[in-house]
Amino acid sequence: MKHTLSVLVENKPGVLTRISGLFARRGFNIDSLAVGETEDPALSRVTISVDGQDQPIEQVTKQLHKLINVIKITDLDPNSSVTRELVLIKVHATSETRSEIIQVVEIFRAKIIDVSASTLIVEVTGTKDKIEGIISLLRPFGLVEVVRTGKIAISRGRKRT
Amino acid sequence: MKVAAKVMMEIFKNEGVEVVFGVPGGSVMPLYDALMDADLLNVLTRHEQGAVHAADGYARASGKVGVCIATSGPGATNLVTGIANAYMDSVPMVAITGQVRRPVVGTDAFQEADTFGITLPVVKHSYLVTDEHELPRILHEAFYLARTGRPGPVLVDLPGDVATALIDYDPDNPPEPNLPGYKPTVKGHPRQIKEAARALAEAEKPMIYAGGGIIIAEASDELRELAAYAHIPVTTTLNGKGLFPEDDALSLGMLGMHGTRYANYAMTNCDLIFAVGVRFDDRATGKVDTFAPDAKIIHVDVDPAEIAKNLAVDIPIVGDAKWVLRSLIEELRKLEPSPERHVPWMRQVEDWKQAHPLPLREDPDGEIMPEFVIQKLWEVTRGEAIVTTEVGQNQMWAAQYWLAKHPRRFISSGGLGTMGYGFPAAMGAKLARPDLTVVDIAGDGSFQMTSQELATCVSYGIPVKVAILNNRYLGMVRQWQELFYEKRYASTCIECQPDFVKLAEAYGAQGFRATRPDEVEEVLRIALASDAPALMDFRIKREANVWPMVPAGSAISDMLGGGEA
Ligand SMILES: Cc1cc2nc3c(=O)[nH]c(=O)nc-3n(C[C@H](O)[C@H](O)[C@H](O)COP(=O)(O)OP(=O)(O)OC[C@H]3O[C@@H](n4cnc5c(N)ncnc54)[C@H](O)[C@@H]3O)c2cc1C
Ligand SMILES: Cc1ncc(C[n+]2csc(CCOP(=O)(O)OP(=O)(O)O)c2C)c(N)n1
Ligand SMILES: [Mg+2]
Repeated sequence: MKHTLSVLVENKPGVLTRISGLFARRGFNIDSLAVGETEDPALSRVTISVDGQDQPIEQVTKQLHKLINVIKITDLDPNSSVTRELVLIKVHATSETRSEIIQVVEIFRAKIIDVSASTLIVEVTGTKDKIEGIISLLRPFGLVEVVRTGKIAISRGRKRT
Repeated sequence: MKVAAKVMMEIFKNEGVEVVFGVPGGSVMPLYDALMDADLLNVLTRHEQGAVHAADGYARASGKVGVCIATSGPGATNLVTGIANAYMDSVPMVAITGQVRRPVVGTDAFQEADTFGITLPVVKHSYLVTDEHELPRILHEAFYLARTGRPGPVLVDLPGDVATALIDYDPDNPPEPNLPGYKPTVKGHPRQIKEAARALAEAEKPMIYAGGGIIIAEASDELRELAAYAHIPVTTTLNGKGLFPEDDALSLGMLGMHGTRYANYAMTNCDLIFAVGVRFDDRATGKVDTFAPDAKIIHVDVDPAEIAKNLAVDIPIVGDAKWVLRSLIEELRKLEPSPERHVPWMRQVEDWKQAHPLPLREDPDGEIMPEFVIQKLWEVTRGEAIVTTEVGQNQMWAAQYWLAKHPRRFISSGGLGTMGYGFPAAMGAKLARPDLTVVDIAGDGSFQMTSQELATCVSYGIPVKVAILNNRYLGMVRQWQELFYEKRYASTCIECQPDFVKLAEAYGAQGFRATRPDEVEEVLRIALASDAPALMDFRIKREANVWPMVPAGSAISDMLGGGEA
């Protein structure tokens, strides 16, 4: 099962190295990782997607908790949280395929943010399903490059993550 | 405003530092200059590895934080083994390393190494000081982190220009730690403790499996009270030796790969394990699938990540061992368990003890057997000495035959198994406990890894004793080769060795040698009586093995050798 760990950390040098080092050392794989400052500049939020049975996840969170700079870890429940990812897709476009691509982009409510003679850059935000969806529809046109931010997530409702 | 290096001395004083170990160099010269006027003992070792192990031995013998210092680059990298060693065995330590000046960090400057990065996986926490005004808080935090919760080494990497900067510090009003993510749990959950008490009261074949955490928590008295009150046999790990007197009738000695047969049989057949301050290391449990198959397991540990790490647990209790034991004993007393319940079990355990004692071998060729030396050493010191060990057969013989009576008096590199640890650790231990005899039970191979510290012992008059069980082999590896590699002794025969007696004398220490059993006691008496550092070269039976033994990956009840019925 996929887990989304939302990890609140002190915004200190080396925190990210500690986290990624811990994952590598303990043999846990990271599917995606996103990090950024929070409403409090002293704190950062690291969102980590991991694949694992329940047992390893428990070890992952316990080991993460041992890092002194880690303040709080939430294993987000997909039903009570929202997740998003931002992706930039550079896709081949010819005069014949351009309008077809634009249609796909519209269906997914994505945006075209750059145009060249032979390529388009598409910006899309959404859940993993939406992103995989648009990527698979654009793939036949020829993907030049795909850049993803990694998933971020927040819990629904009044409660803080 | 004061020079940061001087402030560090005030912080050392505030933190109760009595001694620091280290080797100077360019980036820590301001620190060494300040040390000259500081009110503490500054021990110059001959190698940084000696410094870090000495700080470790000092910490284990005293319960205080050990401090070591090294310069940037090679000085810092020389500390790494010792930091990893302290990390594995949860030893409170602050390691201070010099770093190149801030403006040149990251430029491959002279003697620059990424000490922060290199040590990251083997520290409890670490700091690279980038703002001199943060230094007081960081250094206080380092000590606080090192000694609280599950102790461990904390590294402070200090650029040379930070040490000479001017900062404010009021020793009467030191900065508070600012660690929002660090709150070790001391108090165990009351409901879990009640449940544990009930399980203990109901058990018919209970065992206590206790380790390093009891010594760290200073909870030996509580553990003894529990064992005596509830009539439960006690086995300890290597790191737990001494937490329970091994000459007590309830003691089964050490369990595990080289544990006693009776401890391993009892663990395999019991119906309840009260595990406290232990981390279910594979050397202790053997193959986990067959470890105590019928037992319910209670696990008390201050580190939640240790619980259910290697093995499922029935009653987990996160908390400080001393706190948990106190309230557990209270709960148990309310239940008034009947001592009758354990009578058949205690009889069974006693039968195992009688049937499978540790072997006391007599050599047909009249050579010295290692256990004979250890037993004589115990007799001569009445078991009151602090024993440190090197790594290998010497360590396991010490674990088996030295009946440790007190906590903090059996000091060994358990988790990392670092050859060369025992001698510098003994130096640190002796400085912590000058009132006690301190003996490093050594192997000839291990001793050669840090023997240069003889110079430190002589120069500071630290009268440590070294008892080399000299088999002229890397004996433990040779034993495995004998058993599992058809006696192909690849790189384990180390016949070319210095004359250890002359080596000791060359440094200005005393050296003695015994080649026959009847010389052992006299050598011990003379060497221990002197107030100088002394080395004893015991020429033991070269191919003596450590028995019993559990082959790696086997059940702990499947033991080879030693005391078969
Ligand atoms: C050659 C060799 C052979 C060895 N053979 C054996 C063997 O046969 N048998 C054996 O047992 N070992 C053996 N060892 C040692 C082994 O590798 C481990 O180091 C040892 O078993 C670990 O001991 P421990 O479980 O007591 O844990 P430690 O490493 O001492 O850890 C202490 C535990 O206590 C916890 N703790 C710390 N503070 C507290 C507190 N205040 N309250 C509660 N809990 C706390 C910690 O979180 C940790 O889980 C051998 C080592 C070598 C080098
Ligand atoms: C630094 C280090 N290198 C290698 C080893 C692997 N090793 C474990 S025991 C041992 C032999 C130790 O020889 P010695 O000190 O003579 O002890 P003996 O087993 O002979 O008593 C070796 C090489 C180790 N534990 N530590
Ligand atoms: Mg040897």
